[in-house]
Amino acid sequence: MPNTISTDICIIGAGPVGLFAVFEAGLLKLRCHVVDALPQPGGQLSEIYPKKPIYDIPGFPEILAGDLVDNLMKQIEPFHPTFTLGERVEQFKKLDDGSFQLHTTDGTEIHCKAVAIAGGLGSFEPRKPAVENLERFEGGKGVHYMVRDPEYFRDRKIVIAGGGDSALDWTNFLANVASDVTLVHRGTTFRGAADSAEKVQKLAEAGKIKLVLSSNVTHLHGNGKLAEVTITGNDGTAKTVPLDCFIPLFGLTPKLGPIGEWGLELENDAVKVNTMDYSTSLPGVYAIGDINTYPGKLKLILCGFHEAALMCQGAFKYIFPDKKYTLKYTTVNGAPSM
Amino acid sequence: MEEDIRIYVEEAAGQRTELIGPTDMGLSLMELLKASGYDIQATCGGMALCATCHVEVLAGPALPEPSDDELDMLETLPMVHEGSRLSCQIRLSPRTDGLVVRLAATGA
Repeated sequence: MPNTISTDICIIGAGPVGLFAVFEAGLLKLRCHVVDALPQPGGQLSEIYPKKPIYDIPGFPEILAGDLVDNLMKQIEPFHPTFTLGERVEQFKKLDDGSFQLHTTDGTEIHCKAVAIAGGLGSFEPRKPAVENLERFEGGKGVHYMVRDPEYFRDRKIVIAGGGDSALDWTNFLANVASDVTLVHRGTTFRGAADSAEKVQKLAEAGKIKLVLSSNVTHLHGNGKLAEVTITGNDGTAKTVPLDCFIPLFGLTPKLGPIGEWGLELENDAVKVNTMDYSTSLPGVYAIGDINTYPGKLKLILCGFHEAALMCQGAFKYIFPDKKYTLKYTTVNGAPSM
Repeated sequence: MEEDIRIYVEEAAGQRTELIGPTDMGLSLMELLKASGYDIQATCGGMALCATCHVEVLAGPALPEPSDDELDMLETLPMVHEGSRLSCQIRLSPRTDGLVVRLAATGA
C-alpha cells in the first residue's frame, strides 16, 4: 500500500530556503510537507559543506552551514512539518480542482494545494562523456552510467571509463564478477584513493583486468545492442574491443532533473518566475532559491529567504482566493505556533 | 583602487576577444566570463562542484596551483586539456593580467 500524504504546500527540496519556507507558510497557518532526494535535511549545506562558515546570513557574523540547518530545523519545529527524505519527486500532475498530485521514486504519493520548488542546484546526475552514439545504447542496450546491481554484470565483458574513485572502486569490485574488465583512463595516473589505484595496478599486472591508459573510448558500435567500442589513444592509435557493457564513470553533475519535464517555463536550466510572488508559468507552482531565475537574480541564501516569504503570500492567495491575507509580525503575535 | 586587467578569450574562429576585468572586486574568471555574456552555466556558483565553467588556459602568466578540490573535479571530466582549469577557481588579480583562455565546458 503506497504511502499517501495530504498537505497544503509540498516543498520540493529541504535546503535552507525550502526549510525557511515552512516557517513563512506556518505563520499563515499553511501546513507543509518537504521532500528531498538526499537522506537528510539541509541540501548542499549538509551534503557538501556542513563545516564551512557562512558570513552573509543577516544577524550571524559567522555560522557553520551545518549549524544554520540545525537552527532552521529548530525554527520550523513549532509548525510540525512532515518530511519524505531520500526520495525524489518524479511525477507531477495538476488536478482539475487546482490541487496537485506528486509521486516519488519510492511510490510515496503527495496530495497538496500548492507546490514550492526549492530544488537548489537540482539533483546530481551522472556526467556523460562526448562519445558518438552514446544515447543510442542507453536504457539496457549496453551503456550504464552507474552500477545499481553488480550482479547484472556477472560473466559479462565490460569496459569502464574514468579515472576517479568510482571508476577505480568498481573496476576492483567487478574484476571478480564480470568475465572481462577493461579500465580506460585518459591520463596516466590516478588521483583517486591510493590503495584503490594500487589495487587496480596489481590486478592489471596479474592479468585479471586490462588497463588502458592515455586513451579514451571514442566510438560505440552495435546493431540495436552494444557490441564493440573503439578505444583511441592520445597518440591517435585506435583499437576495437568487443564487449557487453560500457560503464562511463565521470562523476556527478547537478542537473535540473525531472522538474525540467513538468512543462514549466525554463531559462538556462532554471525555472522562470514572476518576482511578485515567485510563481512559475503554471499557477499554483512556485520556485524559490537557486533553482529559479529572474532579472537581477542572486544565488544567495538570504535572497532565497526573501523569496520564500513572498512565495507563501502568493500560495496563500492561490489556496484561499476568498480569504484576506494580512501580514503577521512575530513580534506582535508571540512565539510561532500552528 | 587597483588597475583593471585584460583577459583574452579565444573564440572558435581563432580570434581573441579582449575583456577588461576589475581586480578590486574579488571576482573570479567565471564571474567575469558570465558577466561578459558568455554561455557558462556555472551551476554550482563557484564551489568547484559542477565543472560547467571549465576553461583551457592557452597562454599568459603563471597561475596559482589548483586546489585539491579543483583537481579532483577536473579528474572526473571525460575530456581535459593541458591547461584545463575551472574558471570559478581563478581570481582576477594583477597576477592574472594578460591571461588567454578558451571555453571548454563540454560534456558537463
